[in-house]
Amino acid sequence: MSEHLPVLQVVIPLLCAPLALLVRREAAVRTLAFAAAAASFAISVALLVSVLADGPISYPLGGWYPPLGIEYRVDTLSAFVLCVVSGVAAVLLPLGPGRGGHGLPSGRLHWFYAALLLAQAGLLGVTITGDLFNVFVFLEISSLASYVLVGLGSDRRALRAAFTYLVMGTIGGTFVLIGIGFAYQMTGTLNLDDLAQRLPEVRHKSTMLAAFAFLSVGVSLKLAVFPLHQWLPNAYAYAPPVVSAFLAATATKVAYYLLARLVFTVFGVAYVFGELGLGWLLFPLSLAAIFAGALAAIRQTDVKKLLAYSSVSQIGYLTLGLSFASLSGLTGGLVHLFNHALTKGGLFLAVACVVARSGSSRLDDWRGIGRRMPWTMAAFVAGGLGLIGVPGTAGFVSKWYLVQAALEAGRAELALGILASSLLAVVYVWRVVETAYFRDPGGPETRAEAPLSLLGPTWVLIGASLYFGVFTEWSAGVASKAAAMLLGVGP
Amino acid sequence: MTLAGHWIYWAIVALMMVGLYVLIARENLVKKIMGLNLFQVSVILFYVAVAKVRGGTAPILVEGAGDVVYSNPLPHVLMLTAIVVGVSLTAVGLGLAVRIRAAYGSVEEDELDRLDEADP
Repeated sequence: MSEHLPVLQVVIPLLCAPLALLVRREAAVRTLAFAAAAASFAISVALLVSVLADGPISYPLGGWYPPLGIEYRVDTLSAFVLCVVSGVAAVLLPLGPGRGGHGLPSGRLHWFYAALLLAQAGLLGVTITGDLFNVFVFLEISSLASYVLVGLGSDRRALRAAFTYLVMGTIGGTFVLIGIGFAYQMTGTLNLDDLAQRLPEVRHKSTMLAAFAFLSVGVSLKLAVFPLHQWLPNAYAYAPPVVSAFLAATATKVAYYLLARLVFTVFGVAYVFGELGLGWLLFPLSLAAIFAGALAAIRQTDVKKLLAYSSVSQIGYLTLGLSFASLSGLTGGLVHLFNHALTKGGLFLAVACVVARSGSSRLDDWRGIGRRMPWTMAAFVAGGLGLIGVPGTAGFVSKWYLVQAALEAGRAELALGILASSLLAVVYVWRVVETAYFRDPGGPETRAEAPLSLLGPTWVLIGASLYFGVFTEWSAGVASKAAAMLLGVGP
Repeated sequence: MTLAGHWIYWAIVALMMVGLYVLIARENLVKKIMGLNLFQVSVILFYVAVAKVRGGTAPILVEGAGDVVYSNPLPHVLMLTAIVVGVSLTAVGLGLAVRIRAAYGSVEEDELDRLDEADP
């Protein structure tokens, strides 16, 4: 049984999705979704423990051995990302679409669970597979489910946001497909490890350059690297709040994993950063993302859109960590993947709590909400401090590694940039806090806390982000092992 | 290998650019989906072109036929999956277009922008 864990990781949510459509009754579907998410989280934790103890696991799908068959490969990095995705899904899935903020009539909720399970299965598949074409298929499964989920928002703008997301996402996915075609044409293999071994012979060919260009641009579109982020703010702002939480915490994170996998495992640091000099492109783009995202966030009048632009900014930190191509830089990027998933997931859930009560995520309607919903806003403040990177929160840990990487690389100006951008985060978080606590709502103040079914998961994520701000063994510790593995130093 | 020998790739690039152009230049959402389709189909043709071996036959093992040159079947199989992905994308895209039409009464991008601006 235990040798089949890698495939069960993907198959359980994948099969539970159509099962949810057959079951239909909401209570039963909710239980099924929770069981699937919990099982998949348990499996990913078991995989991580086993990988840390005994090294990478290779699972030949259907008994066909690599490089001909499809291989599922679990190493420290993929197990780490699997835990993030399935952990967040286990917290979010039982919620369903939440109350308010979505356009689903009751009685149709099983469709929501099915789409969310499919998205989860796709994201887990991208992470676990060791086959390049499988990556494309799973990427498109998760993207298709995400388009549907975004389109479920209650505002009609959600439909347009979903359409834009679909167009941009499909261009990204098709670029990935072209890149895979070029790489296959030159090497005759689709297995990631096999590809990495055969690449040095054909590395100097311009076809390989085209393959890398298409793959990296395609994945960057899905990751929303500045300036390819245009689809993200509207998609996160108009999707149902629980969906925003799920996508912000998982979808871009898996795209980041994929980029790191392609750059470090397949193409190699020497080629990407040495020969091509990707760092020269990625440094300015990351900084531009960090500042443009934060500046745009400051101007927003809707809390969800504010958080969405903040995500653009935080993705900048992720790619910044990658572009150092050093141990501490990559550790910073990977641990930020983990920390930001918890923090932003928790923040979007806090918005879901408010939307469930007051029906609005407009900043104007948030006046005095700190007194009406003290627990929800306390979670928002804790999450906001995490975005800023205040010591004691998870955000501090990631910024610590990034600043350290900047200083190690002898680029003090980048370290200053990271600190300056944190001040911008203070501004946009403060705007929400000021409105919520210090503005007069101009109406009666009655305590109306969000239902525990929403507030509980919010505090699970926010509480985890505070926990991992202090105890970093399972976040930064594992991230640094994964970074060392990617860079080929240490185990 | 000459430029002329690569004519199929030039045709594929041309088709791809037509698709991208339609996608970017047309305001109509349904036409955008058609552009997206052309774009995807060009990639499918690209894979099939890559798989072709000059003088190659179908990859079927025949007893006593000896060594035969055959075209690479793998890209064809991959493209079966890509076609399924493309069909699903078209379905979801058109489904969204139908919902947009029901919510806004139009599928023209400029008209939708105007409606969104009028409705704060």
